[in-house]
Parts: sequence; structure tokens; C-alpha cells
Amino acid sequence: MIKRYDAGEYDVAVIGGGHAGIEAALSAARLGCSTVMFTISLDWVGNMPCNPSIGGTAKGHLVRELDALGGEMGKAADATTLQSRMLNRGKGPAVYSLRAQIDRRAYSGYMKNAVEKQKGLDVKQAEIVSLEKEGGRWALTTRLGACFKANCVIIATGTFLGGRVYIGEVNYESGPDGNFPATELANCLKQMGLPLRRFKTGTPARVARDSIDFSVLEVQEGDEKTEPFSYKTKKPIENKVVCHIGYTNEKTKEIILENLDRSPLYSGVIEGVGPRYCPSIEDKIVRFADKKRHQMFIEPCGENTDEMYLQGMSSSLPEEVQLAFYRTMKGLENVKVMRNAYAIEYDCIDPTALYPTLELKSFPGLFGAGQFNGSSGYEEAAAQGLVAGINAAHRVKGKEPLILSRTGSYIGTLIDDLVTKGCMDPYRMMTSRSEYRLLLRQDNADERLMPTGHEIGLIDDLTFAEMTGETRLKEAEIARVKSVFLPPSEALGELLISRGTAPTDTGVNLADLIKRPQISYKDLAAFDKGRPVLSDRVCEKVQIEIKYEGYIERQSKQVEEMRRLESKRIPEDIDYGSIRGLRLEAREKLSKIRPDSVGRAGRISGVSPADIAVLLIYLGGIKGENK
Amino acid sequence: MSESTIAAISTPKGEGGISVIRISGSDALSIADKCFSAVSGKKLCDMKGYTAAFGAAVRGDGSRIDEAVALVFRAPKSYTGEDVVEISVHGGIVPARECLKSVFAAGACFARAGEFTKRAFLNGKMDLAEAESVIEIIGAKNAAALRLANGAKEGRIGKDIEKITEKLLLTAASLAAYSDFPDEDIEGLDQEHFSAMIEESEAAISKLISTFHSGQAVLLGVPAAIVGKPNVGKSTLMNMLSGNERSIVTKHAGTTRDIVETQVNVGDITLVLSDTAGIRETDDEIESIGVSRAIRRLDGSALVLAVFDISKPFDGDDERIIDLIKDKNCIAVLNKSDLPKVADCSALAGFNTVEVSAKLGGGMDALAKKIEELCGAAALLPDDTVLLNERQYSCAVRAKNAISEAKEAFCSGVTLDAVTVLIDEAINALLELSGKKATGEVVEEIFKNFCIGK
Repeated sequence: MIKRYDAGEYDVAVIGGGHAGIEAALSAARLGCSTVMFTISLDWVGNMPCNPSIGGTAKGHLVRELDALGGEMGKAADATTLQSRMLNRGKGPAVYSLRAQIDRRAYSGYMKNAVEKQKGLDVKQAEIVSLEKEGGRWALTTRLGACFKANCVIIATGTFLGGRVYIGEVNYESGPDGNFPATELANCLKQMGLPLRRFKTGTPARVARDSIDFSVLEVQEGDEKTEPFSYKTKKPIENKVVCHIGYTNEKTKEIILENLDRSPLYSGVIEGVGPRYCPSIEDKIVRFADKKRHQMFIEPCGENTDEMYLQGMSSSLPEEVQLAFYRTMKGLENVKVMRNAYAIEYDCIDPTALYPTLELKSFPGLFGAGQFNGSSGYEEAAAQGLVAGINAAHRVKGKEPLILSRTGSYIGTLIDDLVTKGCMDPYRMMTSRSEYRLLLRQDNADERLMPTGHEIGLIDDLTFAEMTGETRLKEAEIARVKSVFLPPSEALGELLISRGTAPTDTGVNLADLIKRPQISYKDLAAFDKGRPVLSDRVCEKVQIEIKYEGYIERQSKQVEEMRRLESKRIPEDIDYGSIRGLRLEAREKLSKIRPDSVGRAGRISGVSPADIAVLLIYLGGIKGENK
Repeated sequence: MSESTIAAISTPKGEGGISVIRISGSDALSIADKCFSAVSGKKLCDMKGYTAAFGAAVRGDGSRIDEAVALVFRAPKSYTGEDVVEISVHGGIVPARECLKSVFAAGACFARAGEFTKRAFLNGKMDLAEAESVIEIIGAKNAAALRLANGAKEGRIGKDIEKITEKLLLTAASLAAYSDFPDEDIEGLDQEHFSAMIEESEAAISKLISTFHSGQAVLLGVPAAIVGKPNVGKSTLMNMLSGNERSIVTKHAGTTRDIVETQVNVGDITLVLSDTAGIRETDDEIESIGVSRAIRRLDGSALVLAVFDISKPFDGDDERIIDLIKDKNCIAVLNKSDLPKVADCSALAGFNTVEVSAKLGGGMDALAKKIEELCGAAALLPDDTVLLNERQYSCAVRAKNAISEAKEAFCSGVTLDAVTVLIDEAINALLELSGKKATGEVVEEIFKNFCIGK
């Protein structure tokens, strides 16, 4: 029995120094709470144990939203970007997604410094081994017996909690990247009665740069014109590296299939559920058997390292098999592995045990964020960290909790999905998760969420004023464009014909021209004499909002409909057991999750539209009844 | 939910063979026992479900109201899924009302419009689409209408819509995957595949939309007017169609001064038929009011039966009629075929014509066939699904418009994220149509059409 000693008291304690823990700790401290953040290793604050990149489809949206609410991730990514690309440029503004290759060590360094410098935030290297309720507060004890008290605790343990690494027939208790796991804490949480379960994830090998033959690989350059994640980043983002693309082939497939029995996934050793949308290479080869080849991206891990990341090639096959199949690929014939690929299994919670505030329903003052809540991905983790941090602080200060709506943000959608629908595998954000993609664009994240960030107190007045000023400029420009008519001219006709769209022989409205898919706002600068000088950011917003006006309006109408269902509240004391029209499964799910509105009830899996109709009528869907 | 027991008169108001008072709720049996006394002396509370007792409806003081039969249904095997008693008394407003008063006095509450069905729905006895079709079954005016409404209650519309919806969902899913996994080389949608899918869905919805009006004709009846100059046999035709002396027939021109209405079944079609005053130039003040009413009714009808007397040559009044009906959905009824044909009917070339003898009944089958044809009922196959009402129709139209726009947008090069908005809209409209997406508005719309007692 170790001797416990009182080590201090805080408003908020955060367990974990990963992407969720950092945002949670920073936001709680910035909102005036005395905060402590515990990490198992201070050298790995903000580590990227998987891909050295931030953003991507829907994840880029999350980072921009996080930034608009006062999070740190966007700024850190901008400061440490190696290469930047806007994905999906050709597929429409709803799905434009910013993705940046990141210098992994530099990012970690930036974040470590950010938490160190934050006023009101103490950062400690310690493993929390137990958590107990003591007189209305939480007591957290470290392995060495230090006992800290806190009003609110945020669990952001990532893959550390009950972590176990698998490589072929070998497996052992471990955190990510060779760190210690948090095994005792997992046991403690289980004893407390938290609904824990096992998820797993994996990462590919890191290989030596000079062992790759780049001359036979496709090059992937960064964008010529780059954009930052953060509204506040003024310095242009420079592309410092290129990435490369390679492919698996028949031989790769052969080796993997031959050794499938040695994979812990297929031999049944791993019980954890892996991410459906980020499968290992053996998973891909088995699931998509008729696919001839799979893509691989070779991404540098940093400026001052030779480690290269093989995106798309995660595996839990034995080390020797890994080497053999990597070497079947063109360009990797002589590749040297520096760190092997591995799968890691960890404990996480069934997120339907959480309120949309990310507080556990059965444990007041206890919050969860990141992989602990069943999500996957740095961006998803950071987004939840911020929300958990804000809500912990609001709880301490006695303020109203922050619940972001589905109709207003991807972060709201992410959390709503988690706490309402739950997840059967690590949850990854995708644009298709949102019903309102055309409204929740990454270009307007600032307009959508900065007012909230400002009101909470995480966005300063100056930044907020800059954003509102820009919005006014944008609106004025849209109004001007709609009122401008261009006379027919030879040059205009030529432009239109060259773009494959019909020329005009009468005067034409500028906005109508921009609405044509083939024509951009910038294309018409030469014909638009009264055009003011505006920043690229404003120009892009003007273009998108004019081009997609009709569609945006349609989607706004759908939002209105959704809001009406969200505003139909369900009384807290409702007895689902007494509503016989509900199917049994629906009765059980509703009793367990206890949604606060009919809208939320409708998103619970196992609750059918017929059940919702029953609920609506029960609650007084008919005029003047039971209201 | 209020646990109250509700009651209402479930048969139409007015005189009839019997009236039924329906009581539903957990106290239905004990309440009924206070208002009904069985000849056998047996209490309703002691009876099994699906059994009946003969006796009398009584007031609280034991005084007798009327001879009655009580039917007992036990939960959940009843219309509402609750305990139900139906007390049948003699038809006529007084016995039923007295009995209902007694039921209220015994502790039942007044049932609001549609509340029995609402309870059936809440107790899982039917889904939204079934509830909606119940309204149409109640309102069915003829065998065909009943067939259509029953088809809907069996969920036929749902299945048709589901097929289209699934197709659209698949498209939406591939559009999403294309955006969500830029690193996986997922093929973009090729134009051919997309257009084929869109056109298929568009055609299926268009078919539903196109049969709506014929379906409505079957379900609701078609407003029809009999017009013509005086004394051509309009009222005789009216009486022949309705099978009774609805209109007064004399040999004097201008006997029918005002509009006479009746409802007649012609094959699968119910006509809401108006007999109108003969249209002619007149100085008679009363008659001229009748004439202008006749013309207004002609304009407002979905089907016009224009009657001509072919035993006499056409005159200026006939020509005026021909002019009035030339743009209408109409049948020129060439009457008095039992007399020698004198009229030159060339002015009616291009019109649907049927020769009849309204007096003797000749040609009536041909007329009925023509009426069915013009109301579109002939085009409806017995197994066709039809949209039941304006609510479903407007959903279908919304879906079709969104799909058409999606097609146009896709072909003109609008980016796929925007095209998806339109496809989502079509999916939403279809889900709403089939009751699969229950918004408060949909539920309210469906239940507001119920009458009290159902």
C-alpha cells in the first residue's frame, strides 16, 4: 500500500496530454479555472502516434471550427506545417477540406510550450491510478501517492487506457509509441461501474527516407496557393516537402493472404473493434478482394528526421511479414523499417453514457473526451476536448453548459452522433455525417462559431471585430454583385465561349454569370469596373455564397424543419414503458439514452420513424391536446 | 398520456337503423355496466372479449333509455387496443344522445376527433400510413375507392415509394463516399449511371403524380354538371342516372330554375352531379338568374354532360352551348335517340358524343363507359397505387421537382455537393410521403382529417 499525500486542489483536472487533453486543459484554464493536466510522458504532449498530418475531409472542418471557438490546434498546425493541400477542390465548397502534413516533433514542441505558458494551468508528468468521489469533489491519486482534488475531471486517456499492443503473435501492455499504458486507471474506472469496452486502432511502419527509391514514385505537391487553418494566422504557409504515392500489387496481396493466420485480428486474439473507415492493409485486402491495388502515401514525419510514414499501410502482422510485404511495392524494394507497424487495443466508454456536454450522466463532474469517448482521430479528439473543457469550466463557474447544434457545426454533429447514436467502432468524422454540408462549410466556420467563441470568452474582441468587419464587407459585396449588370461585349463573349458556356447578347447580371458552374468571381474582375479590393478569404466567400445561393437556401429550410423537431422537448419524467405503441427495442433505447428532444430521439439507432410518430402523438402532436 | 376512458357516438348523425356508442379505455367495462343492463343480469365486466349481451341502455338512476345490445372487446384485441364496449341503440338522434349522456355521467370523457384512431396508433395497432388510409376507407364512396384505400392500408404506397427512396439513397451514398474518401480512388459517378438512376426515379414518381387526379376522382367523386338549352331532357337524364325522380320533369321549357344536386355512382366513378337550368336568352328575371348559375356551375365542374335534342335541328341556343363547352372536359349527350334524328351534328365534330334516350334508358351503358374514360378511372388498374390525398400529392410533386432539378444541375456541371442537397430533398419528401419521416406537421395533418367517433 502506497502512502497517499495531499498534493493540491484544482477546479479542473485533465487526465491525458494528447489532442483532447490539451484543448480541454487550455480552455478550462483560459476560462479562469485553476487547472492541472496530467500526462504519462511530458516528452509526448500533443504526440501524433499515427499519421503526421492534420485535417482532411471533414477533419479540416473540425479544425476550423475549433479555431473559431478559441482552440489551439489550428494555430499549432499552421506553425508546423510541412505541406498544405485543399482536398476536393473540384467537388464543391461543402467538401473542400484542408489537410496539412505536420512536423510531428515541432507540433509536439509547440503544444508542450503552449500548455506550459498557459496561466492557471499546471502540467505534471504523472500516471493517475485511481479516481474517487470524496465529499462532492474528485480525488485523483498518482502512482507515487500524490492525491489531487478537483471539482471536475476530464478523462482524455486516448489509447493509453488499458493499452495493449499487438504485432503478430506478440502482444504486451503498452501505450502508443512505446509509452507506459494506464492500466490501473482502467481497472479503477471499471470498478466504478463505467461502461467500458475495447476498441483498437493501428499504425503503419515508419521507414528510412534513404531506403526508398523516389524516382519510381508519383510525386504529390502541395498547393501553389496555400491557406492556413487558423483565422489568426497571417504568415503564409510554405510547402517544405513533397509526398509520394505508391501502390500495392498482386505480390503484396499474396504475402498478406499467406500470413493472415498470423494476424492477431484474424486469429481472434484482439477483441477490440477497429475503425471501419481506417482499415489495416490486411483488412482492406480481405474486404475488397477484387481490388487490384491499394494506394499508399509516403509522408515525411518531419524536417529533421528521416522517418517516413506509409499512409494506408497499417498492419498488425508479424514484423518479418511486414517487411516482406512492404518490400513488394515499387520504390520500396530495399526499404528499411525504423519502427514497425502495430495495432493497439484500449479501453473506452460507450458514449451514450454521456450528456451532450460530455459529462457522464451517472457521474456528476466527470467528463470524457477523445478516444475515450469512442472517437478516432486527432481533430475529433481536440474538438471534444475543447467542449469538455468549456463545460467543465462552466460547471465550476455555475454557467449554462455549451451544447453545439447539429445544424450549426460539425463539432455539434460529432458529439450528437456520439452521445445519441453511440458508436460500434471508432467514430471518424466525415462530411456525409452532416445533413447540412452546404451550410457547415470550412470557409464559414468563423462566421458560424466565432460569435459563440467570443461570448464564451475564448475569442478576443479584436479577432471578433475583424471577423464581423469582414462579414460586413462580404455582405456589401454580394449585394453589389447582385445589382451589377454587364453590357454585352466581345471580350466577355469570348470568355464565356472559351469556358464552354453560352455567350450573351444582352446585358447580364453579374451574380447570374457567377452562378454558372464554369465561371468564377475572379474571372469577371476585368469586366466588373466597380469591384472593391477584397482579401482572398472574402472573395472566396462571396463566390461560394452567390454560386450556391439557391442550394444554401434549400438547406436552410431543411434546418428550420429540423429545429422544429429539436424544439419539441421530451419531459424528463416520461415513462416509455407505458407507451405500448413503441416497439420494444425503441422503448429500451429511449429509456436508456433519455433524449431531451424528439429530434434527438429520432437519431437513436433502433428508434424508427414509426416510433417517432407514436412519440409525437403521445406528446400532443394533435392540436390543442396534452400540451 | 391521460388514462381517461373516452366515448362518442360512432355512427353518423341523423336517422338510421342503429346508432353505436363506442367507449374505450381502462374503465370502459365498468362505465358501460352503469349505463347498460343485460336481460340475463350478467355484468359486462364478467364477459369475455368478442361477446355480446342484449338488454337496455339505462340512466344512472336506472331509468330505461332504449333497447340495446352491448359488444365487449378486451384489450389488446380491439380497435384501439384498449378495453372497448360498443352499445348499439335504435337509430335516431335522441336515444344515442341520451345513452351518451349516461355514459359521460358514468365517468367517460368526450372523445375528440380521431381520438379512437389516435389511441389505436399509440397502442401499436397501426402505423401512420395505415391511420391515414383509415380516413379514406371511412370516406370511400364506391367499391373502387375502397379498393384503393385498402391498398394503401396494406402499405402498397409505402413499398412503391421505398423502392424509389432506396435508389436515391444509394446515389446519395456514392456521392458522399466520393467526397469523403479522396485518397481512396473511388470512381466519381459517371453521367450515364447517374442519369439512368435519376430518370428511373423521376418516371416512377411521375406515374404516381399522373394517377393522382384519377385516384381522387375515384376517392372523392367528380363534380359534374348537366347543361343544355331548355327542354332537351337534362332533368330526365339526371333522373335516369340517379335512379329516382330527383328533378321535376315537365314538357314546359324552364322547369328547372335552380341547381339540383345529387350523388350518383357510374361504374367506378362517383359523380357529384348538378342538374342546371336550361341556358337560353331570356327576359324572365328568375330564369336569367338560373341561367347565369348554370353557366357558373358549368365552369366549375370537372366533367360536363352537355345535352342536345337530336330530334330537332340545332339553333342559336345550341350553338351557344357548344361554344361554352369547347374547352371543357365534356361529353355531348345526343338525347332523344328514340325519335327520328333530325339535327345536323357536324358542329360537334371533335367532341366526345354518345347517343342516348334518357327517357327509355337507351345508350346509358355507352355513356357510363365514356364517363369513366374521361375521369381517368379506366386508366387505373385494380392494383395501381394512388396517392390518397393532397398531402401525399404535394410530397410527390416536391420530390419530383427536386429530382428534375438535380438532373439539370448535374448535367450543367454544378458540383456534386450541391446536387446532393437536391437529392436529399427528394429523399426527405418521399420519406414524408410514406410516413417514414414523421414531423409534427405530418402527424397533425394526418389526424386532423378524422371525424369524431373514429
